[in-house]
Amino acid sequence: MTSLALVAAVLLVAAAGHLLGRRRAVAFRAAGARLHSLPAHYGAYVGLWSAVPALVALALGAFAAGRLAGRWAAPALAAVVLALSVGGLLWARHRVRPGMPAIRKVEGTVRAFLLLGSLVAILTTVGIVLSLVFEAIRFFGRVPVTELLFGLEWSPQTALRADQVGSSGSFGAVPLFVGTLLISGIAMAVAVPIGLLSAIYLAEYAAPRVRNALKPLLEVLAGIPTVVYGFFAALTVAPAIRRWGEAVGLDVASESALAAGAVMGIMIVPFVSSLSDDVITAIPRGLREASYGLGATQSETIRRVVLPAALPGIVGGILLAVSRAIGETMIVVMAAGLAANLTLNPLEAVTTVTVQIVTLLVGDQEFDSAKTLSAFALALVLFLVTLAFNVIALQVVRRYREQYE
Amino acid sequence: MSAARRRAAGRSGHPALADEAVRRRLGKRYARERRFRWTCRIAVALALVFLAVLFVDVVGKGWSAFLSAEVRLEVDFDPEVLAPAGAALDPDALAFADLDALWRGPLLERFSEAADDRGARRALVSLVSDGARYRLQEMIADDPSLVGTRRTLWLLADADVDQLLKGRGADAEAVAAGEGRLSERQVGWVEELREAGDLRLGFNRRFFTNGDSREPELAGILGAALGSAYTLLITLAICLPLGVATAVYLEELAPENRWTDLIEVNINNLAAVPSIVFGLLGLAVFLNFFGLPRSAPLVGGLVLSLMTLPTIIIAARVALRTVPPSIREAAYGLGATPLQVIQHHVLPLSLPGILTGTILGMARALGETAPLLMIGMVAFIVDVPSTPLDPATALPVQIFLWADSPERAFVEKTSGAILVLLAFLILMNASAVWLRRRTERRW
Repeated sequence: MTSLALVAAVLLVAAAGHLLGRRRAVAFRAAGARLHSLPAHYGAYVGLWSAVPALVALALGAFAAGRLAGRWAAPALAAVVLALSVGGLLWARHRVRPGMPAIRKVEGTVRAFLLLGSLVAILTTVGIVLSLVFEAIRFFGRVPVTELLFGLEWSPQTALRADQVGSSGSFGAVPLFVGTLLISGIAMAVAVPIGLLSAIYLAEYAAPRVRNALKPLLEVLAGIPTVVYGFFAALTVAPAIRRWGEAVGLDVASESALAAGAVMGIMIVPFVSSLSDDVITAIPRGLREASYGLGATQSETIRRVVLPAALPGIVGGILLAVSRAIGETMIVVMAAGLAANLTLNPLEAVTTVTVQIVTLLVGDQEFDSAKTLSAFALALVLFLVTLAFNVIALQVVRRYREQYE
Repeated sequence: MSAARRRAAGRSGHPALADEAVRRRLGKRYARERRFRWTCRIAVALALVFLAVLFVDVVGKGWSAFLSAEVRLEVDFDPEVLAPAGAALDPDALAFADLDALWRGPLLERFSEAADDRGARRALVSLVSDGARYRLQEMIADDPSLVGTRRTLWLLADADVDQLLKGRGADAEAVAAGEGRLSERQVGWVEELREAGDLRLGFNRRFFTNGDSREPELAGILGAALGSAYTLLITLAICLPLGVATAVYLEELAPENRWTDLIEVNINNLAAVPSIVFGLLGLAVFLNFFGLPRSAPLVGGLVLSLMTLPTIIIAARVALRTVPPSIREAAYGLGATPLQVIQHHVLPLSLPGILTGTILGMARALGETAPLLMIGMVAFIVDVPSTPLDPATALPVQIFLWADSPERAFVEKTSGAILVLLAFLILMNASAVWLRRRTERRW
């Protein structure tokens, strides 16, 4: 809270600096001098000098104070920050002269800020990679990489005492990978046909009015929070599938992969359909008209001409959708199982990488147990796989776009 | 048909036969065309049917969360019970007084058959919610003159009574078999109260004014909603300036080189990173490295802003690109510097587009759950947060928590919370659409 008050104080000083700098410039002009920049630029110049050094010092100091807390840390920091602020104001005001190119200095600073802002995106990626890699390396110090990637048994429960049975836990993630692939596969089996056919309908058959009405409705599916889908999958779809299964004599687990996968598929439908729609509408009319001219029906044109031409773009869209399915968390956390189960039967309960990350990290963690660290190793695998899918998909889509532009 | 072609047809066979074959093939092709068209229609219909089922299901389960059962009871504000032996009636004493006795007495008088048996007494008393005592406490604190009077009040009923009244409780068979949450005897009392007109469904104000609770009838969404509000405010405060700065830099100022290319590819990839990975980033960086408090909306806002940033950057760049170059050139022609062009012309003209993108990004952030689980905004928190540093949950996380709860009455609360969340999302999306329609302009 004190740092918030300090920020407010610095901003007040900066506002005063703006006024003072401006007034000084106006006074010069009134005295007959020719100003290099507008008075407002001189104001901004003084304001920046009173705010920026002080706020930088505050940020650094607050970070350092968190590490070496002492009784004098906070008051000393406040004093330094305020001194910097007022000192910056006085110095900059002193430098305000008719010939001083204030606008260049102000614009240079603003440019630097804009550049810094755009670095945040890079920093985020670096942060993700560093935090995942750092913790994953600690994990691989205890459990070999090969066990994680090729081991067939997953039971991360480490015992409290060394002499308990299975005290080491086993970290073979293959059942998780298979479960993830199974659920994503079911999701894509639902999403690709429905999404692609909807896109074809909207782009080729639907009248403009119908299209304008239906497209936003489909997009609503994409706007529904995943936790709502999870609730729906767990409380409505899964019991329904179980009942149907019982009716035909099948034994369906109450957390079957089918329920989670099907609902996830519906969630992805608008993703596939809007990407495919964009690609299909981007196909030049000439191709279609040539096909009609040869006597082809509309569906023949779509299947033999439009779809092959649009295929790279559609594949790119589907790859993006797969990466989304693999990384989807809430639906599977709520509707898929917890026990690692190496099976390809969609009626059984399987677990996924994301479910395990959540179960391992929700609640109290100790950052020196293999159990907690394994979540970071799993997340690293997840990140790399989705990244690979995205890079390939973006490449495919980009190359395809160039083809028709 | 020309003579030459007729002759050719004659040589290869009967002309009518060729026509016949073509016609038959054409019929098949048209049939296939119709089938394909219908398949496409069915695909759209399937998606829409699912959407409809989802909404009907959630509304059907959730509408009753906005109502709650109340029971009309006589309450005897007996001074002996409140402050024995003439002690002062201050708030402290009130908190320790046996306030439940105020309504328990008259209730036991009414159903005198339950008064003798301990088990029956407990069963009868459990029909009224624990929340009743807080209500009485507030009433007395507000108006001490109540003491010594006898009033008839509508008090909150227990969640099981509430479910029974809404027709969601166990059916008669289950009750008879002793499997329901209410015994046969309790159901009998409820029936008696209902026939006497002493049981009603009223508007459930507590759902909007309470924090979380273990008692379904007392649980509300205010804590989670405020947690979401703080989180979103912080996300907005970080995302909007940073997103606009990045977009302006990349679109208007940056030279085209490898470095800018790297930033661009990076942003596109960040937009597709699974949201849970951002949660892990928040856990490792904000909590473990910087030592920020767990479960705080501040950290939630930071994490969600990193997640939303790419979306906003992309939307802002699109908006900046729609400003025609002639505007920039005109300003340059008048001697403006690049930043003056941006500040005075490009940004104001692209602002509606940027805002639309921001609202949509915020809507996504509002519905996001997984990253918040990672940074501990998933605890059971009764208190309503008053600053962004207090522990809190968010609306979607509250939904997740309630959906996990085994008690049946929480299903209704979960759906109710979903309805509130969806209402906010619809509001945000509608305002984005409205803004876009209103400010759309063709150059």
